[in-house]
Amino acid sequence: MNSENLPLGAPVNLSRRRFLLASAGAAVGALVLGCGLPLGISRVEAANGAATPTIQVPALLEIRPDGRVRLLCSFMEGGQGIFTAMAQIVGEELDVDPASFLVEAAPAGPPFVVMDNGMRITGGSMSVRTSYPTMRKLGALARAMLLQAASERLQVPVGELTTEPGKVIHASSGRSIGYGELAERAMDLPVPDAERVQLRDPSQFRWIGKPVQRVDAYDKSTGKAIYSIDIKVDGMLHAAVQHAPRLGMTVGSVRNEDQVKAMKGVHSVHRLPGAMAVVAERWWHAKRAAEALQVDWLEAGSDSKVRAMPADFSSDAHRERLAGETGPGREAEKEGDFASAWNNATTKVEATYHNQYLNHAQLEPPSATARFNADGSLEVWLPNQAPDMFRADIAKRTGLDPQRITLHSPLLGGFFGRHFLYDSANPYPQAIELAKAVGRPVKLIWSREEEFVRDVLRPMAVVKFRAALDKDGLPVALEAVSATEGPSEALAGKQAEKVDPTAIEGLAGKAYAIANRRIAQNYVKGPMMLGYWRSVGNSLNDFFYEAFLDELADQGKHDPFELRLKLLRDNPRLTTLLKAVGDLSGGWKRGPYIAEDGTRRARGVAMASPFGSEAAVIAEVSIENGKVKVHDIWQAIDPGSIVNPAIIDAQVNGAVALGLSQALVEEAVFIDGKPRARNYDLYPILPAASMARVHVKIIESGAKMGGIGEPPLPATAPAVANAVAHLTGQRIRSMPLSRYTFS
Amino acid sequence: MDLRINQQTYQVDADADTPLLWVLRDDLGLTGTKYGCGLAQCGACSVLVDGNVLRSCVTPVAAVAGREITTIEAVEADEVGKRMVDAWVKHQVAQCGYCQSGQVMAATALLKHNPRPNDGEIEAAMVNLCRCGTYNAIRTAVHDVANNGGAA
Repeated sequence: MNSENLPLGAPVNLSRRRFLLASAGAAVGALVLGCGLPLGISRVEAANGAATPTIQVPALLEIRPDGRVRLLCSFMEGGQGIFTAMAQIVGEELDVDPASFLVEAAPAGPPFVVMDNGMRITGGSMSVRTSYPTMRKLGALARAMLLQAASERLQVPVGELTTEPGKVIHASSGRSIGYGELAERAMDLPVPDAERVQLRDPSQFRWIGKPVQRVDAYDKSTGKAIYSIDIKVDGMLHAAVQHAPRLGMTVGSVRNEDQVKAMKGVHSVHRLPGAMAVVAERWWHAKRAAEALQVDWLEAGSDSKVRAMPADFSSDAHRERLAGETGPGREAEKEGDFASAWNNATTKVEATYHNQYLNHAQLEPPSATARFNADGSLEVWLPNQAPDMFRADIAKRTGLDPQRITLHSPLLGGFFGRHFLYDSANPYPQAIELAKAVGRPVKLIWSREEEFVRDVLRPMAVVKFRAALDKDGLPVALEAVSATEGPSEALAGKQAEKVDPTAIEGLAGKAYAIANRRIAQNYVKGPMMLGYWRSVGNSLNDFFYEAFLDELADQGKHDPFELRLKLLRDNPRLTTLLKAVGDLSGGWKRGPYIAEDGTRRARGVAMASPFGSEAAVIAEVSIENGKVKVHDIWQAIDPGSIVNPAIIDAQVNGAVALGLSQALVEEAVFIDGKPRARNYDLYPILPAASMARVHVKIIESGAKMGGIGEPPLPATAPAVANAVAHLTGQRIRSMPLSRYTFS
Repeated sequence: MDLRINQQTYQVDADADTPLLWVLRDDLGLTGTKYGCGLAQCGACSVLVDGNVLRSCVTPVAAVAGREITTIEAVEADEVGKRMVDAWVKHQVAQCGYCQSGQVMAATALLKHNPRPNDGEIEAAMVNLCRCGTYNAIRTAVHDVANNGGAA
């Protein structure tokens, strides 16, 4: 069977079809056309053989006979609204209302590499800013092809044709043709030159820049949205695991294997690297049986392929170890001469800060469904932020040709960095092994407890600051030396040629005019498996830096808002931003003051420059029953230019929630090599009652487009810490604040 | 045993102590109700039983036999539930969406018992976790239904 034999206009099970096409040995991506749009094999081969990357319009877009547009999106939807943003951008140029789009995650393959850096990941707040021009051209190219097809059909020159949403218009004859009628011919036309295609004048945008409704809002409000954990395939068995309590340990003896095999519903019991698994007809039976297994775990051998967690590891002791690092560190940023300025200074300020490990704690526990087909090809349904990387990894693990592996990427039930390729922290290798062992499809779900014992954590750091003030109390020299291991270093298992940017971002890259600066890292390799967590290095480093900057303000007898304005006086973009957040909050006032409800409150300010965007935050806090209460967060954010202000507002709310969560309550504590918390009972995340009101001001400065998923997070925690420090007189040099006692 | 779910009767062959959640999801294919923690901590598994919100991950199925169970799949058949869904869409509450089935069910239960909840009552009832931080949008949507019936 090839694509030319597919019935026109009939609904097609694309996953099945992808498998069929893939098994025929052809590239998968270029063939994913959907119903009604046959593509000659010769053209597919031509596309695959093309030396220069082109925008493969028919691979990415399908226009259905009813005029609906199906977009295979290169980015994963996990709440950040990317499916909607892509529909807006493509729809704007294609001239189709974004509400008419059906957006799905694209499979792995070259046609879906649309980022300008040649990668395909959903992360780093990169999706829109790296693909915006390409996605506009995609829409414009498809529109040009539809116009060409209409020109043939109507026998008029293309120049006499225009479009209105969803149709081509020939004004002089009063004729019009819906896109759906033209699609079959249009998509078989050669794709025009992307460099010469006409793009819409931004002043005429109808959807880009507008608060367009999300394409997934209804499905997500009615339980219809499908996540990896919801996947069901014919003949499927369910699996659950019991992980070794510490990574690296292996299965020794199992004391009650026969009894467990005899438990109701159990199909089989399996030994896996670092885990025992139970396969059953029902997940509940699998989970109960997996928990019942009494396993004698063996310590990791010296040849362990994973990062072994020793029995004497504790997160508090690790913090002491980091604090004991006294070396000058490897420099990541250097400006002027810190040493001379420090030695000559009359006013010196020193402080040491630290932070905590964090879980991702996304609400959807990880799962994976694996199915070997009769011809030996493999299909896997799994949460992921980088399908090509996952497919390559599966190919390596199974020995299968990547063309024989089909990846399905359902909606993500939250991600925040959780679904990158982390060795030992993803369930799909186990699911594949189990499916192979039992000869049937297997869906493996990690219970919350098994997730928390294998999640990769946001790194911990201890940062030592030194700064010198001039006679006016202004900082003239600042040094930050961080003892830490960045997530990229942890994944590589070693240092790279240069300092891991994800370890020091937020210490490095600050915009304040401080003449002499030195930012360095002491690399401390630890046993913890580390990963990327929303806003990555900025999530901790902006907290350290911005809180220390308030210390400098106090030492120099400057108001912290005014000090920042002074240090940014030559930076019009950030001056505007800072003033904007001040205005948004009704005018900067630090307090303390008595609010209308009688509580004593204060405000703090902080800024950050993460992921190509700029953010400024003001927080208002009080102390209630010895605990910090955050009443309001005002945030001004400048991503340069925007696609959807409503989604940005939602992303700011979400990032603020995570920022508050890490500032106030969250902490992954390890004792004796084990996580103290295996569920939300001992790992609190921000509840509704602790959420602050959030006020957002979006500034479009016109600067290069930046990210939006992560940038609103980093300035939140330091703004809170600065407010609390001022209100209570107690310096806040670590997170979470639940470790402090306030009266 | 017989279960009454969304106005239909289902014959279910499950152990008495199986959590209702897994009967819904695996036996009946009603996957709109989500698993988040299994400990009644997060509320993603919230359903209505005789109109009261209940966490199905810790509810033995035998305990709800013969009672009227409503899941997210049928929430729009309920007049309050329909208005709640409309408000959820109007206020664009969902981000990843994973917790939102439970949030909609909790909000529907609240408004069915108390059509005009005040801030404190909303805060006391809407305690399900959301990692995406949609709490303010949830509050706005619930208020909208309470104050205006959720009309656009």
